[in-house]
Amino acid sequence: MLSRTVSEVPAIKLFIFLCLGSLLAACAQPAAQETVTVAVAANFKPALDRLETDFEARTEFKLDVVVGSTGKLYAQIVYGAPYDVFLAADQERPVRLIEETQAVEGSRFTYALGRLLLWGTDTPAKLSTPEIKRIAIANPNLAPYGKAAEQLIERLGLTEAIETKLVLGENVGQAFAFVRTGNAQLGFVSEAQIIGLDDGDMTPSWHPPADLFDPIAQDAVLLTRAEDKPAALAFMTYLQSDDARDIIAQHGYDLP
Amino acid sequence: MPDLSSLWLTVRLALVTTFVLLLIGTPLAWWLAQTRSRFKPVIEALIALPLVLPPTVLGFYLLIAMSPNAPFGGFWLQATGDTLSFSFTGLVIGSVVYSFPFMIQPLQAAFEGPVQQAMRTAASLRASRLDAFFTVAVPMSLRGFVTAIVLSFAHTLGEFGVVLMVGGNIPDRTRVASIEIYENVETLNYADAHALSLILLIISFLTLFCVFLFNRRFPAHVRL
Repeated sequence: MLSRTVSEVPAIKLFIFLCLGSLLAACAQPAAQETVTVAVAANFKPALDRLETDFEARTEFKLDVVVGSTGKLYAQIVYGAPYDVFLAADQERPVRLIEETQAVEGSRFTYALGRLLLWGTDTPAKLSTPEIKRIAIANPNLAPYGKAAEQLIERLGLTEAIETKLVLGENVGQAFAFVRTGNAQLGFVSEAQIIGLDDGDMTPSWHPPADLFDPIAQDAVLLTRAEDKPAALAFMTYLQSDDARDIIAQHGYDLP
Repeated sequence: MPDLSSLWLTVRLALVTTFVLLLIGTPLAWWLAQTRSRFKPVIEALIALPLVLPPTVLGFYLLIAMSPNAPFGGFWLQATGDTLSFSFTGLVIGSVVYSFPFMIQPLQAAFEGPVQQAMRTAASLRASRLDAFFTVAVPMSLRGFVTAIVLSFAHTLGEFGVVLMVGGNIPDRTRVASIEIYENVETLNYADAHALSLILLIISFLTLFCVFLFNRRFPAHVRL
């Protein structure tokens, strides 16, 4: 009995050593100063992927990306999420963050003007036809693209006709996925998401005329916790550069 | 005051799911309890999968399978005129998969050992198998049934990830309480999130409390 207990000791030591080791490894943060964490509205993710490559090539900084709906990311920031820069899909939330002193006054600018698109058909007449069972939009409470879609449907006078067909994605990315997987036949998504597809997708789409929806002004803002962080400041500067604006324009956005 | 329709929908989903699970689960658990098939471990592992898989994996596969482009989803659309994803029926199917082990495992455990012996005794007394099942096995396994039913019900009440992926957040159809709470939190509507969470907590506690109370009153196996 005793000898067995003794022989177990090294194993226990090894176990504790391993535990401590993995704990330390988990705690060891990468040099935080050199990384900028960007919270981005789902529609802008494809464009940001390109910007990330370009930004990392031009500077010594690294970019971390967190994707979500604007409303969700806003709530996370209010409750102390460790993000440095917020790329929203509206102007309302960045303004509110500045009012709440969560974001730096004077750092806000419009980095892109988004375009809404009906994916799956080339005419809005299709929306109210019986063979269309489900139409995906982003949750209007959380996502500006969902709100814009709601507004567009209202201006088309179809609110009541298609109300029961609407399914809500958590953000415009999930709305896109619902159509992409065939679960919804039609969906209101951002033009940038379609341009982001690189597999020669031939799904028809309808581009609503400008008088049916307000262009979706997407604002960027520097968050207070990153006020003096070189990587965050560098990214904010980069995002306004001509190189960045070219990439943004290529991804289906207008620029102010 | 929050919209209570999501709570009612949650309870309805849990009730229907539990009923369906009872119908499918009883014969399957019975088969597992007495079989010597070499496929038994495979089936058991399959049944236990939802315990360890992330709901996102189930949700993703369900989303693919329920799509009208897929054979199953397409067949459903043809037969019923409605898509399976984003429907109450779709959620029931998802919940049945998600809560499957919670029905099967307690039942299988209850059906094993003494119950099988009692069944052999009943057979030697010339009781038909069906007769013996209902008059011998079921009363002996009462505790297993209660545990299985209550756990399946409670587990479905707490479902979130699968619904988030295949539900589409439609009021009265797929917006269950957990989804509504999530949305309330995300839109910083904490008052409603609190109210709904508290109600769900109380319902879940009472449900589980009932099963433990029942287990105290009744022994694990009624011996003949």
